[in-house]
Amino acid sequence: MKFSFSDEQQEFRSVVRRFLEDKSPTTAVRRLMETDKGYDPEVWQSLGQELGLTAVHIPEAYGGQGFGVSELAIASEEMGRTLLCAPFFGSTVLAATAILKAGSEEQKKALLPGIASGETIAALAIAEDSGLWDAAGVAMTAKPDGGKYRLDGAKSFVVDGHNAELIVVVARKGGSAGNDGVSFFTVKADAKGLDRRLLPSMDPTRKLARLTFGGVEAELLGQEGAAAAPLAATLDVAAICLAHEMVGGAERLREDAIAFANQRYQFGRPIASFQSLKHKAADMLLEVELAKSAAYYAAAAADEGDAEVSALASLAKAAASEAYMQTAIHAVQIHGGIGFTWDNDTHLWFKRAKSSEVFLGGADHHRERYMQSIGA
Amino acid sequence: MSQYDADSVRKDVRQWLEANWDTSLGLVEWRNKLIDSGWGEPHWPKQWYGRELPVGLVPVVDEEMERIGAVGVARMGIRSLAAATILAHGTDLHKQKFLRRILTGEDTWCQLFSEPGSGSDLAGALTRAERRGNKWIVNGQKVWNTSAHKADWGLLLARTNMDLVKHKGLAYFIINMRQPGVEAVPLKQMNGHASFNQVFFTDAEVEPEMMLLDDGDGWKVATTTLMHERRGADGLRRYPKPSGRPERIYQEEDAEIASALAPYTWYPQRMGRVDLILERARQTGKIADPVTRQEIAKVLIMSRSADWTARRARVAQEMGRSQGPEGSLGKLAASYIARAANRVHTTISGADAMLTGPDSTMGGVIAEILISTPAISIAGGTDEIQKNIISERVLDMPKEPRNDTDRPFRDVPKNAERK
Ligand SMILES: Cc1cc2nc3c(=O)[nH]c(=O)nc-3n(C[C@H](O)[C@H](O)[C@H](O)COP(=O)(O)OP(=O)(O)OC[C@H]3O[C@@H](n4cnc5c(N)ncnc54)[C@H](O)[C@@H]3O)c2cc1C
Ligand SMILES: Cc1cc2nc3c(=O)[nH]c(=O)nc-3n(C[C@H](O)[C@H](O)[C@H](O)COP(=O)(O)OP(=O)(O)OC[C@H]3O[C@@H](n4cnc5c(N)ncnc54)[C@H](O)[C@@H]3O)c2cc1C
Repeated sequence: MKFSFSDEQQEFRSVVRRFLEDKSPTTAVRRLMETDKGYDPEVWQSLGQELGLTAVHIPEAYGGQGFGVSELAIASEEMGRTLLCAPFFGSTVLAATAILKAGSEEQKKALLPGIASGETIAALAIAEDSGLWDAAGVAMTAKPDGGKYRLDGAKSFVVDGHNAELIVVVARKGGSAGNDGVSFFTVKADAKGLDRRLLPSMDPTRKLARLTFGGVEAELLGQEGAAAAPLAATLDVAAICLAHEMVGGAERLREDAIAFANQRYQFGRPIASFQSLKHKAADMLLEVELAKSAAYYAAAAADEGDAEVSALASLAKAAASEAYMQTAIHAVQIHGGIGFTWDNDTHLWFKRAKSSEVFLGGADHHRERYMQSIGA
Repeated sequence: MSQYDADSVRKDVRQWLEANWDTSLGLVEWRNKLIDSGWGEPHWPKQWYGRELPVGLVPVVDEEMERIGAVGVARMGIRSLAAATILAHGTDLHKQKFLRRILTGEDTWCQLFSEPGSGSDLAGALTRAERRGNKWIVNGQKVWNTSAHKADWGLLLARTNMDLVKHKGLAYFIINMRQPGVEAVPLKQMNGHASFNQVFFTDAEVEPEMMLLDDGDGWKVATTTLMHERRGADGLRRYPKPSGRPERIYQEEDAEIASALAPYTWYPQRMGRVDLILERARQTGKIADPVTRQEIAKVLIMSRSADWTARRARVAQEMGRSQGPEGSLGKLAASYIARAANRVHTTISGADAMLTGPDSTMGGVIAEILISTPAISIAGGTDEIQKNIISERVLDMPKEPRNDTDRPFRDVPKNAERK
């Protein structure tokens, strides 16, 4: 395992950072978060066409760039820094990964190029009203129907689910339980019997939808009843990317809070010179650097096919959950009264921290999963 | 780079070890061979017993040594700080006189920085060094000096001028501890060990050539020592354990561990012994308790993340990349991990945590953890000082106003006298 980024990866990061600083300032974030659509199609197009970000980890054979999880994660980290409003996490991180892990060769050829180019926005629907991101938590049923399937049930907390044209759904055979009988399906957004509703999300920069399925026609993706393993692998990649997104956001919060503290004078001194603030800042740095190391290590492990990757993904997500939220709490505090206002930008990241804390499972869930993964 | 790839390093060191490793040699005899081969401290300069290998490849050499069971050069304790400081600022005379005997283990060292009146604020040292004839004469007192009672040589920070500002009136000496004017008195610690000392100087003598750099450069040299001390606190260090094997060289190594290294027996415990947590949780059945599992996971996550952070820092340093913030965090992380590990060991032990001594859990090791971790957030610079350094140097936050750097040291307020 190497503990540094290559020159190419560093260059990639700085290209993405420059692009996002230009396209996703907080004025843009504020404008887009008020809309139902939640993203700017022009920015989305350049993200896909100019930078190829929608295709980062999709192999070249399917119209992608052929990079690894590490590069996908670097892009996620930079997006977390600027709170980019775009269906990247739902489409490229979640849905494309699921198709890659579960789909047949033919299905990958058919489905991935559209996602890679950014022309197709996809979403992955796993969790239901119970809010569990794993195979065992799936209650939605799929009934065979002349080579196709019919889905009944509801999916919730579906990231970018209201925009997606292609929806990847996890459902189970009636009467099955646990990891058995779970399959992936694809559904077209305009399918009959599918009802999509935008949920009022506390973090308005990450759009969530509830999808109700009443006998909706679906096609099997991959092998019937065998979704548990590819789903777990997909969630590992997603947790690693989310952890990156979170440490990116946390780092930005800390930088902004310290910049504010250097400007703000009380008692004849910049508040940044008060030791209680300085020590808080040192703790923020420590916690986020540790979480960064965990995220980076997990991404490298995913690329190297490390057997421990599930444990590492959970470790990284748990570390990032704590670090991001704690940083956000400190950042509001350092701003004083102004930190509690709508006009100050801190709350945008605070809310992202809060929703990311539980998205894909909270720190407690991932700590327990870590323990089980290491055989403890 | 080809000259330094891991595979060829591994091949070279393995070849050398297979030809030379011999358990019937004496410890010093073997270490001298190892030193001459350049494999003892392979990242050191070629001129001084090394091979200028990138630090990142040193673990490859360590692995091969371990694989064959070879004993390494002496690294434990203050000797490594002495070596680093001498390599950075010493003259050829210092290097010739000291480096080899540091590595063979023949000489033991101590660090004479802290005083009753200056700990965090080391530049406030009051121990005086005065030039009399062709000697420096030292008078005063140091404290908390680990292994000073075992030491042959000391790294001494002393004041040569009271009329200059605090950081300017200092010099840095190598002092012979085996002389009549130096008295080391062990102090008993809260964990019952007595590894640190009070050291009293009464007209102790130092040769002028035993000063590092010049009179007035004491603070600069001390900063080098401290930087190495804090870097070494990142938790990647391994402590030698007695092997109990019968061959001569192992016997001599075990004897070294029992004597020169005796002050350090509890050092692994002060780090919190994260390595014992799962084993203990299984032994006690606490592994089944969901709350304990959460607490265990927190410590393991912190500890592994800190380890990776330290490795990121080392690799960045080795690649000559500008050091990121990760390099300054190891010591603080180690404190937090030790504290969290202490809590978890307490939870796992339950009522047994009230007992101590050789008959208590794991021969007293657990009890020793519970009462030793407070050292880690004090020794080598307290957590508060680490946070000051991180916020000011890494995060570039403004310094607090101070009243000790704008006037002759003579006029700086010192310990309040109780009246
Ligand atoms: C919900 C809400 C309701 C309020 N209602 C009222 C009201 O009705 N009437 C009213 O007059 N005010 C009200 N306030 C204002 C409130 O009292 C101030 O926001 C608060 O005292 C902090 O002052 P500040 O916002 O200027 O922050 P600052 O004083 O600039 O503080 C910023 C940060 O610096 C820290 N800091 C400042 N000085 C020091 C120091 N010496 N040492 C260490 N840290 C320091 C602070 O702790 C804080 O973390 C309200 C605020 C809120 C959030
Ligand atoms: C096990 C052990 C081994 C040691 N070995 C050695 C050795 O070999 N050689 C040697 O020279 N020394 C050694 N020391 C001494 C150690 O370096 C000092 O104890 C340490 O630097 C703190 O100094 P002090 O004890 O004088 O405490 P003080 O400096 O008096 O500190 C007391 C408290 O005040 C806080 N404080 C002080 N200044 C500030 C500030 N500016 N901002 C915020 N808080 C502050 C400290 O953080 C601490 O909590 C050892 C100590 C221990 C515990």
